Amino acid sequence: MPHIDVELDKLKVKLLEMWDLVEYQLQSGREAMLNADQELAKQIVKRDRKVNQFDVKIDRMCENFFALFTPVAVDLRLVLAVLKINANLERIGDTASGIARFAQKLSSPVSMELLELTNLMPMYDEAISMFADCRVAFKNNDPVLAKPIIKRDKALDKIYRKSDGIVTKYMANNPDKISEALVILSIIKKVERVGDQVTNIAEEIIFYREAKVVKHKADRKKKKD
Amino acid sequence: MSKRTNKLEAINLDAYYGDFQALKGINIAMEEKNVTAFIGPSGCGKSTFLRTFNRMNDYIEGFRTEGEILMDGRDIYAKEVRVDELRKEVGMVFQKPNPFPKSIFENVVYGLKIQGIKKKAILEEAAEKSLKRAALWNEVKDNLNKSALALSGGQQQRLCIARALAISPSVLLMDEPASALDPLSTAKIEELIYELKNDYTIVIVTHNMQQAGRVSDNTAFFYMGELVEYAKTKTMFTSPQDNRTQNYITGRFG
Repeated sequence: MPHIDVELDKLKVKLLEMWDLVEYQLQSGREAMLNADQELAKQIVKRDRKVNQFDVKIDRMCENFFALFTPVAVDLRLVLAVLKINANLERIGDTASGIARFAQKLSSPVSMELLELTNLMPMYDEAISMFADCRVAFKNNDPVLAKPIIKRDKALDKIYRKSDGIVTKYMANNPDKISEALVILSIIKKVERVGDQVTNIAEEIIFYREAKVVKHKADRKKKKD
Repeated sequence: MSKRTNKLEAINLDAYYGDFQALKGINIAMEEKNVTAFIGPSGCGKSTFLRTFNRMNDYIEGFRTEGEILMDGRDIYAKEVRVDELRKEVGMVFQKPNPFPKSIFENVVYGLKIQGIKKKAILEEAAEKSLKRAALWNEVKDNLNKSALALSGGQQQRLCIARALAISPSVLLMDEPASALDPLSTAKIEELIYELKNDYTIVIVTHNMQQAGRVSDNTAFFYMGELVEYAKTKTMFTSPQDNRTQNYITGRFG
């Protein structure tokens, strides 16, 4: 393998390790919330430091790569994509840690009724599934796999938009569960952010493979009209 | 597209060294006061192509072309074109600095003297102007009678550029002008190219991808006598269309 490919491979491997860690954080956040598991939530918050270490390390690796290899074309786009995906993974890590902080506020497992009404669990599972598919798309350099992920985010947005009304109504009917409902509403907002960040990552994979900018497509369409 | 006019153009150009076809059906148009970089592996035809613009290949036995090379819309291989007149329009700088074993001053005014210009005042004025344009004046103004061979490699190369500029060409051909120079001299030559493109149409052959990126507006990639891709340099180095271009510029050829 040419030297440049060895270095690019190292970069990809490091990013995939970070990806695994962040996925674990998201999964753990789901468990901590569902079971109001204080101990697990505490571990997640603590483990975010590891995510941050990956962030710094990958930034440094990219900086070195630019300085030493002055990449062009597909190599350049890969390193640019790695930089941006890294930033998004770090933020998803922060989001998972934020979910854990909200889970710490729960004194007992969340009511099934509230979970069913808000659709939080299918939303959370879809976010994790999008995140995992995105990882495969990156690992296999597959923009075809990345493209549908962007569309899947719309389902998360829909659940998020409806959540306000649903939770308000629930709180009116269950005044004793207001604090719990507020936690769930906050977590829905967090999961919605995860969807956006995964979308950003999918867009970077398409840019890296096809040299096409697909982000902010809606803005550009509006401008044309 | 740009509103600039095309200074140089090749239409269906084939070139042969005897039986060997060095250039195959080249079609390209280069805009006035722009820098075009020719890149490609050794033997791809880029230097042969560069040299067709001032008919340097004419001296090589068995060399012939088919198709057209136009400068300002005129075929430079037409019978009525005088090669010495053409070379007044098209200056050339080579890979290795090649000053004559004469003084700095004599080097710069050599072309003018050949043209029959003898007046000292005119020659002195031309020498100063050319040396200033080549960013060498401040370094040599007090030693114009010193031998050109006593200059450093980087200074010699700028002297060769000054010599090329002295005859007031409109096109400057550069065949790897900085490949024999250290990074500082290279930076000076690159700065100079950036300055000169305000007044000249420049074509540069380079093996240094970063240099092509830094100095040129457009880049042409040649491979095995063909022009594979020709695009804005920005596009070429971020999203080349042809796989052969991508493999070459990322260093994965062959």
